[in-house]
Amino acid sequence: MDLTNAVLQGVLLGGLYAIFATGLSLVFGVMRIVNLAHGDFATLAAFVALVLVTGVGLPVWATLLVVVPVLALLGYAVQRLLLQRALSPSPLPVLLVTFALSIVIQNGLLEVFSSDQNRLRLGRLDTASLHVGAFALGVYPLLVFVVAVLILAGLALFLSRTRTGRAMRATSDDREAAQLAGVDHRHVYGVATALAFATVAVAGVLSGAQTSFTPSSGPSLLIFAFEVVIIGGLGNLWGSLAGGIVLGVAQNVGAWVDPAQQVLAGHLVFLLVLALRPQGLFGRAVPA
Amino acid sequence: MAHPVGVVRWTGASRVGPPLLLVVVVALAAGPFVVAPQQLFGLVNLFAYVMLAVTWNLLAGYGGMVSVGQQASIGLGAYAVAYLAQTVGLNGFLALPVAAVMAGVVAVPVSFLAFRLVGGYFAIGTWVVAEVFRLLTVQWDAVGAGSGTSITSLSGYDRDVRLALTYWVALAAAAVVVVGSVLLVRSRFGLGLAAVRDDPVAAASTGVGVTTAKRVVFVLAAAGAGLAGGVLALGSLRVQPDSVYSVQWTAFMVFMVVIGGVGTIEGPIVGAVVFFVLQQTLAHYGATYLIVLGVVAIAMVLLAPRGLWGLLAGSRGTTLFPVGYRAVLGRRS
Repeated sequence: MDLTNAVLQGVLLGGLYAIFATGLSLVFGVMRIVNLAHGDFATLAAFVALVLVTGVGLPVWATLLVVVPVLALLGYAVQRLLLQRALSPSPLPVLLVTFALSIVIQNGLLEVFSSDQNRLRLGRLDTASLHVGAFALGVYPLLVFVVAVLILAGLALFLSRTRTGRAMRATSDDREAAQLAGVDHRHVYGVATALAFATVAVAGVLSGAQTSFTPSSGPSLLIFAFEVVIIGGLGNLWGSLAGGIVLGVAQNVGAWVDPAQQVLAGHLVFLLVLALRPQGLFGRAVPA
Repeated sequence: MAHPVGVVRWTGASRVGPPLLLVVVVALAAGPFVVAPQQLFGLVNLFAYVMLAVTWNLLAGYGGMVSVGQQASIGLGAYAVAYLAQTVGLNGFLALPVAAVMAGVVAVPVSFLAFRLVGGYFAIGTWVVAEVFRLLTVQWDAVGAGSGTSITSLSGYDRDVRLALTYWVALAAAAVVVVGSVLLVRSRFGLGLAAVRDDPVAAASTGVGVTTAKRVVFVLAAAGAGLAGGVLALGSLRVQPDSVYSVQWTAFMVFMVVIGGVGTIEGPIVGAVVFFVLQQTLAHYGATYLIVLGVVAIAMVLLAPRGLWGLLAGSRGTTLFPVGYRAVLGRRS
């Protein structure tokens, strides 16, 4: 694989990372909390899809019709039943609860599925590629990138055009003022988490068809999502796409240098951004 | 008529703590003469758990910093001991304090990066740093790269003598960490730190150096975790990157501190003992055991946020160590 190809693949991978990051960013933007089990819910979604593919015989795309609503409902429930009770001025309780949740999910999946590598098989789509000039682009990664752009655009429209989206932004800006205007912030939090979990479900299934996954894949997905958020700049929807592309390219160029350096290269680029431009490449200066 | 109000530091209970700690340490020091080698080995791990719980509590409970990356310092401490003992030729036991200092020194530049993040993002940021340490270690051939290395340079000692020395060194290290944290928390600095945790803006406005206070705690907690990592390495005589840099250590620290009581001196010690007993009896259940730990931790955070010590101490906030002040009616101080 030559360097240009590595960069192109990295750009496409960035789309997938952007979907992972969007959910994390949305939850932080609305509730000012970080869900440390974010990546584990993606892995959970991938395993549910795996059961639907191998057990029921659904094609991978059709599993989304089940997995996405199921995770959205789960998200609403997790927010209303667990996280809402842990919300406090201190970030400590939510972090402790979500970290413990991450341990529970990982070990629960380990009990049911063992630590084997799994992958969602797409058939012909696994290897199909488009030849553009001298480059060969995988059709599936390209599709994932398009889905990522559609999800980000859909979310941007939702937040700006719908009543619920506006309530979400209002709650994010000033919860008490939004409450005075008749917004039930707990419901808004639940909907925001449900939306985030829906994006996590999409990302988990799409990623499960692109690379193999195990019950302990969640933490690295969380870390990638977080790096994308910081590289792109907090609270910036399209910044996530840019951040995703930067991380994807960094990882693929790292892998091009030496396959063992893929993940480390991404981490180093993240640390470099943190050191030199802590507000992110596309973020506004972080308010104090 | 106005009642005189006095402020006292030493209450009935807090008079008990220091002598009690002394008695416990002296009693534990007799361990190698009364306990079987296998149990001695287990107790070395318990002392490491106490250090981990106490230092994580300093970070989260007093400093308001939730780190998910303390395994960076654990790994660094473990590898420092292994490297100093195997390659440099320093006595393994003497390498231990050096390893703690190294872990602390490395935490200084790390803090400048990590402190650009707050709250949950700080947590994941520290995790990334630990991952970077792990990924660098697995590429370092001098310490056995991905497969790790064994500490063989202590084989000059008779097995029982080595185990007893390891035990005493671990006990001494745990005692230093516990006493050090009590002294830190009760100092003027500790008071400022609690203010930073509760409200950084208000603390800054009363003259507390917020960032410096947090940095000092971050560095001390790293040194403590490095010390614990070194003790674990001396206990098992083996370091392996995927185990010493595992995020599982953070899971254990979170569990111990949450169960015992976050933001108290006694809580993490109680939590470490509870965790140790659970592990001795239930660890062979593997994944199920960890699921139960996770569920219990969630339940504690939601239902008993002050932990077991909070439940024991009741609403009066009884403390075994004189770290706070109590206003007493009808007595002049």
